[in-house]
Amino acid sequence: MLAFIAKRLLLVLPVVFAVALVCFMLVHIAPGDPLVSVLPPDASAQLAEQMKRAYGFDRPLPVQFGIWLWKAVHGDLGTSIASGRSVAEEVFRAVGNTLRLAFLAAFLGFAFGALFGFTAGYFRDSWIDRVVTIISIAGVSMPHYWLGMVLVIVFSVQLGWLPAVGAGPGGWAWDWDHFQHIILPAVTMSVIPMGIVTRTIRALVGDLLSQEFVLALRAKGLNELRVFKHVAKNAAPTTIAIMGLQLGYLLGGSILIEFVFSWPGTGFLLNSAIFQRDLPLLQGTILVLAMFFVFLNLIVDVLQAAIDPRIKRG
Amino acid sequence: MTIVATDIVRIAVVDKARGYWTNVGRRLMRDPVSVLCAVVLILIALAAIFAPYLSLADPFLGSMIRRLRPIGTPGYPLGTDELGRDMLSRLVHGGRLSLLIGLLPVVTAFVIGTTLGVSAGYVGGFVNQTIMRTVDVFYAFPSVLLAIAISGALGAGITNSLVSLTIVFIPPIVRVAESVTTSVRGLDFVNAARASGAGPLTIMRVHVLGNVLGPIFVYSTSLISVCMILAAGLSFLGLGTKPPQPEWGLMLNTLRTAIYINPWVAALPGAMIFTVSICFNLLSDGMRSAMDVRS
Amino acid sequence: MSEADVLRQEVLAPVADVGGPQQPLLAVRGLSKHFAVGGGLFGRGGVVRAVDDVNFSVDKGEVLGIVGESGCGKSTTARLIIGLIAPDKGEITLDGEPVGPALTLRELRRRVQMVFQDSYASLNPRLTIEETIAFGPKVHGIAPAVARARAHELLRKVGLDPSLFADRYPHELSGGQRQRINIARALALAPRLVILDEAVSALDKSVEAQVLNLLLDLKEELGLTYVFISHDLNVVRFISDRVIVMYLGEVVESGPVEALWTDARHPYTRALLAAMPSLDADHRTQEAPISGDPPNPIDPPSGCRFHTRCAFAEPVCSAEAPRLMPTGNERHAAACHMVDPASGHSRAPVASPEIQHAI
Repeated sequence: MLAFIAKRLLLVLPVVFAVALVCFMLVHIAPGDPLVSVLPPDASAQLAEQMKRAYGFDRPLPVQFGIWLWKAVHGDLGTSIASGRSVAEEVFRAVGNTLRLAFLAAFLGFAFGALFGFTAGYFRDSWIDRVVTIISIAGVSMPHYWLGMVLVIVFSVQLGWLPAVGAGPGGWAWDWDHFQHIILPAVTMSVIPMGIVTRTIRALVGDLLSQEFVLALRAKGLNELRVFKHVAKNAAPTTIAIMGLQLGYLLGGSILIEFVFSWPGTGFLLNSAIFQRDLPLLQGTILVLAMFFVFLNLIVDVLQAAIDPRIKRG
Repeated sequence: MTIVATDIVRIAVVDKARGYWTNVGRRLMRDPVSVLCAVVLILIALAAIFAPYLSLADPFLGSMIRRLRPIGTPGYPLGTDELGRDMLSRLVHGGRLSLLIGLLPVVTAFVIGTTLGVSAGYVGGFVNQTIMRTVDVFYAFPSVLLAIAISGALGAGITNSLVSLTIVFIPPIVRVAESVTTSVRGLDFVNAARASGAGPLTIMRVHVLGNVLGPIFVYSTSLISVCMILAAGLSFLGLGTKPPQPEWGLMLNTLRTAIYINPWVAALPGAMIFTVSICFNLLSDGMRSAMDVRS
Repeated sequence: MSEADVLRQEVLAPVADVGGPQQPLLAVRGLSKHFAVGGGLFGRGGVVRAVDDVNFSVDKGEVLGIVGESGCGKSTTARLIIGLIAPDKGEITLDGEPVGPALTLRELRRRVQMVFQDSYASLNPRLTIEETIAFGPKVHGIAPAVARARAHELLRKVGLDPSLFADRYPHELSGGQRQRINIARALALAPRLVILDEAVSALDKSVEAQVLNLLLDLKEELGLTYVFISHDLNVVRFISDRVIVMYLGEVVESGPVEALWTDARHPYTRALLAAMPSLDADHRTQEAPISGDPPNPIDPPSGCRFHTRCAFAEPVCSAEAPRLMPTGNERHAAACHMVDPASGHSRAPVASPEIQHAI
């Protein structure tokens, strides 16, 4: 097992490197001189030259990448043009809000997805199955930013039960003042993973139940609860893989939801970075989110190998 | 020769053989959900294409005194938007750009992704490794993040958002194309064709493409729904279409503040995105089961 | 165009005999194929000796059976002969012409054809039966109309009515019908040698018998030669004139079918025969049935590869690899120290008569 983890860790290094390269290149695929983006519009030629050297834009690209990567590894993601603060600091402040939102949404999505999926798979072709299938297809087809708007219309504008925007006063705390703000965005975000987890588990459970080993278990006289335990055990590895991937998508895909609810997370940060052409901030935020995604995938792989004897650990 | 006539198993109904795709079409037509979705999509597409000839109100003409009228206002069946423009006309006209930016990236990605994936699968070796490892890098980003990152770096604009969406959808299509091709290449009918003395290009044309295009196509259709949502999402963030162009995602953005005045008009463009997206999803599911020849 | 005209087409006519009946149709010398396996980023790679220095020949008009457990190299040998995979070493000679500059791969594949085990996977699901059979002739430049006529003619030959089957797709047919199509496809280029790789193994017993009879009829009618690969000894005995037995990539025994059945010399052959189910009490052998799985082919045993499972193994068996030695009977040879008088094995024959050339 330790050897497997070590091997996966080693294999993840080239991916991390390539991801960093893509993030680095983002600044350079941007139209125009990357320097323009770090300069105030009224900068003098002298300042331009100074900044060019300060940012290292006069060096060849591979050297620039090397320097950038070296700094990034040491936690220095550059300076935000808009705020003048360090990018690492900005991202660090926002990422907590994104993680809270993503984990809560994931929890909701996985819990309901698992419930719906198991029920539908267990009662295949019943009316429950049909209702659940419709819900899950609607879930994966939903423009979730629109769902967010609709929920705001219903629960904030019309019923007035929950706040429409923001994360509450001051920093985050686990009290009702703050928690009521997270409900709508979390529910909105949970819809897609709920749909996908439902679909996956429904198909898995349906397949497993039609297999012979289940017939054998029933023939052995096992009660349905025990049969269910066997099925759940067999469905677990795939389910965990899907869930890990979905959690990653939530972390990276929260930008639209954060925009709708003005949620002060990384997505909101990203949005302002894009419209203020704050490329260092854009680059840094995306790098951090992509790294979360890469390491989440790594954890999922290891977990899967730990619980599924069929995956070779050599 | 002594082959007995009883060997010949006669099939009771002599079914006139049809082409493979004709059969798929016939099976699809027997599925009511698929037919309904196809009809809805065709109606929306036709309305969008022929929007200028439908004698609708001018989608660009606003009126300061008729802003945000509710649904059902005489003369404005679906109300008016925040600048007093006719919602019905804007929704119909909006279909043109929305459908285009939802479909074009997938079509382009299908062409590029299939070429790359089939080459990787059929040639194997170094070509395969180069293509597939590059694709792996793009898998290290969640798709929404990747689309927004590229779009954001390139700057707002419809071309840039088309480019970024195409880049997002190429890697998954390459993966599917590669795995399907690799498995088909290993089948014995390809070996039999090689044993007949056929060259690689002939085998590719006659035996490989016909068997891999179907699965890749169906997989790609399942991406259209995602692309519709993402494309409109980019516009919603202000990264795609620019005002005053009617486009569902952008309309949703500009109507955001109107939810306090006339919420249901503000929600209309999203309902369109949802309808189109769910129809593509169901149609893709229907096609998948219709293509299973053994069912 | 009449059927006779179709047959007169140059490509579709059988290739004329060169060396006369005495010259073997196919001669395989020193054929070897090793596959590298594993060897990932950190794993230690190994080499599977799928086929290791295999020699045999096939006479014109005979049926040569190849038997052995799965993984013994039967199918790899078949694929090597027809050039689907390239051999590492060895020479393949067809009617005196060695494959290479003298006989191109394309030309070889016109003279040697193959029927695969999986009747479904070996037919392109997107092509009609007619298209599948006509594909080979078309590749060799036959006009589409002629190729179609050829396909219809072959369908009749394998006992399927063209008017019912030509326009059908593989998934509409039964396993036996599909295997008849595969046979027709193999015959489309008028080959001299047909390799049947487990061609009837996946069929029901009743269908299997029909297809075997069809194969024998076609052989008679078209003057074909077969290499018949199977793990089913009953079927091999029924159809073959001569048999070779393979174990872990090597030929361990070869000989006429009756000699092998009545006087098998290699303990592996005897174990295989003993493992055959028999209802006849008189035919029950006292031979120890074979036990266990074949050893890991990545790391084959030293000396005789069978010594790990052999009841008569002695030190010499793990020390030295036995060569294929004639047993005294005509064309019967076995690679076992118990056959070689000079081996030092306690059960080896004492006196050595004139040593004949192996096979």
